[in-house]
Amino acid sequence: MEIIMSVVIGFLFMAAVYLMLSKSLIRIIIGTGLLSHGAHLLLLTMGGLGGISPPVVADGVSVSDYADPLPQALILTAIVISFAVTSFFLVLAYRSYQELGTDNMDLLRGTEDHE
Amino acid sequence: MSNLLLFPIIIPLFFATVLMIFPKRLKLQRFLAATGAAATLIAALVLLAKVNAEGVQAVTLGSWPAPFGISMVSDPLSALLVVTTSIITLFVVFYSFPTIGVKREQSFYYPAVLFLMVGVNGAFTTGDIFNLFVFVEVLLMASYTLIVHGGEKPQLRESIKYLLVNIISSALFVAAVAFLYSVTGTLNMADLAVKIPQIEETGILTVIAVMFLVVFGFKAAIFPLYFWLPGSYYSPPVPILALFGALLTKVGVYAIMRTYTLFFTMNIAFTHELLGIIAILTILAGCVGALAYFDVKKIIIYNIIIAVGVILFGIAQLNQPGVDGSIFYLLHDMLIKAALFFLVGIVAVLFGTTDLRKMGGLIKTYPFLGWTYLVAAFGLAGIPPLSGFPGKLLIVQGGFEGPQFWGSIVILATSLIVLLSAVRIFIYAFWGEPVETVPLKKSVFNQMFIPTVILVAITVVFGVGAELFMPFISGAGEVLLNPSIYIDAVLKE
Repeated sequence: MEIIMSVVIGFLFMAAVYLMLSKSLIRIIIGTGLLSHGAHLLLLTMGGLGGISPPVVADGVSVSDYADPLPQALILTAIVISFAVTSFFLVLAYRSYQELGTDNMDLLRGTEDHE
Repeated sequence: MSNLLLFPIIIPLFFATVLMIFPKRLKLQRFLAATGAAATLIAALVLLAKVNAEGVQAVTLGSWPAPFGISMVSDPLSALLVVTTSIITLFVVFYSFPTIGVKREQSFYYPAVLFLMVGVNGAFTTGDIFNLFVFVEVLLMASYTLIVHGGEKPQLRESIKYLLVNIISSALFVAAVAFLYSVTGTLNMADLAVKIPQIEETGILTVIAVMFLVVFGFKAAIFPLYFWLPGSYYSPPVPILALFGALLTKVGVYAIMRTYTLFFTMNIAFTHELLGIIAILTILAGCVGALAYFDVKKIIIYNIIIAVGVILFGIAQLNQPGVDGSIFYLLHDMLIKAALFFLVGIVAVLFGTTDLRKMGGLIKTYPFLGWTYLVAAFGLAGIPPLSGFPGKLLIVQGGFEGPQFWGSIVILATSLIVLLSAVRIFIYAFWGEPVETVPLKKSVFNQMFIPTVILVAITVVFGVGAELFMPFISGAGEVLLNPSIYIDAVLKE
């Protein structure tokens, strides 16, 4: 199972990098979304996918059967943060498109001489 | 067990939240923002006194035992940094009154500044690597707001890049944390310091250490990863620039300092040599930029990069003079960068431009401003007895005692370039034929100039009275060099 997850994570990172290297701002934002998905999935996988019982102390359950609760707590925090950042990024992109009239990163290069 | 160390985080959080309720009440905004920053400073000073008297303070949230709950730890280094952060934020708030503009002030500017303070103080205080990530995100969120605040075209353009770089580094941060957790099974820094030496497989840990170096390197702007900094920092107005230049990169530097002294010490021959080499390359790259531009803001921005290199070189040596020097230089650099940005901001307002070639002769009309700038510039370059000198002296000494003596030679040589780059501003802006300046009301000028002078005076005291501050510095260095003090304080609770 971990191997399949690793392949999925690798694919997400690959797709994210591909999208972030494109010129269009909206593709870049989707790329950052995929990148954080990959990172979150990695966090979950790295905690180990074993464990069949919820992490609550109960009779007749040995320690190795518990699912690890920590990666889930971490991932929840990370998801909330990346959600906030992505929504901020979308608003910023929309506003920039209105003000600057383009979403092409090539035209947003900006040198010290103009503006 | 003392909750005192949470106050520098909670006080600005409280004030920022309250300030968000009535954004249009200008006077109240100013008053409460200044009060909040001042209250935080007082709390930070009390905390520093307590840490100095009673040793490392630790509290684990929710009263869980230490490796399970989230630990907040205040050792002398973090207490010193929290104090410095609070001082700088307070002065930035004062400097913002005349410079930032009423429109920005009425659009949640002060709450954003205070939220930034929450994030920075939290990042300095936390004792848990995932919690560090959370506080870094808090400060980044505030910094996103500040960098785009006002919505001018260059700001929008640059904030996109700033945001993108930081999102990528945050994703890498999460990935690095995941790897670290799978190898060690813990994220508490003190617990990591216990567990990592027990792991015999150092290869994977070295990879993780380098991953963390990349993550923090993005924030700290070290050599190949500094590319985003000059463009992004250039676009926001001067008070925000001062806040960023003084605080944000320093969080990355602090994180490298902490991780590379506390637990990533299993393969010093590789990781710390790499850090030393990168530090030197950072200095050289910064020097090229500092000399290349005729723009006052750009010159000081590139000096941020140089200072990051100098501080990290001291840490890479991992000996007592090197680490002490790094801590001293870190505190010095935070103060002096804020002061220099303030001064450069005044100069830019007076001439109505940031281009050095269009300036000149200011010493005739504003002599006191000129001499204050010269003192700050000398302090930056480390001319004794000013504040840059003791730190640099110790770092260079640490380099000569370690294997990377050539690095010390580079630092000494580049000090001259730093001096040249800073004095170039003095020569162009203050000497030469007077250029017509923008008329400025005396009261407005004083409002800008008084916080600046006080900040410069603080750096002078910090340098001249270095002997006075050395016990604090070496106390902080001792904790960094002997992780057992830190571990005992956290895990003993």
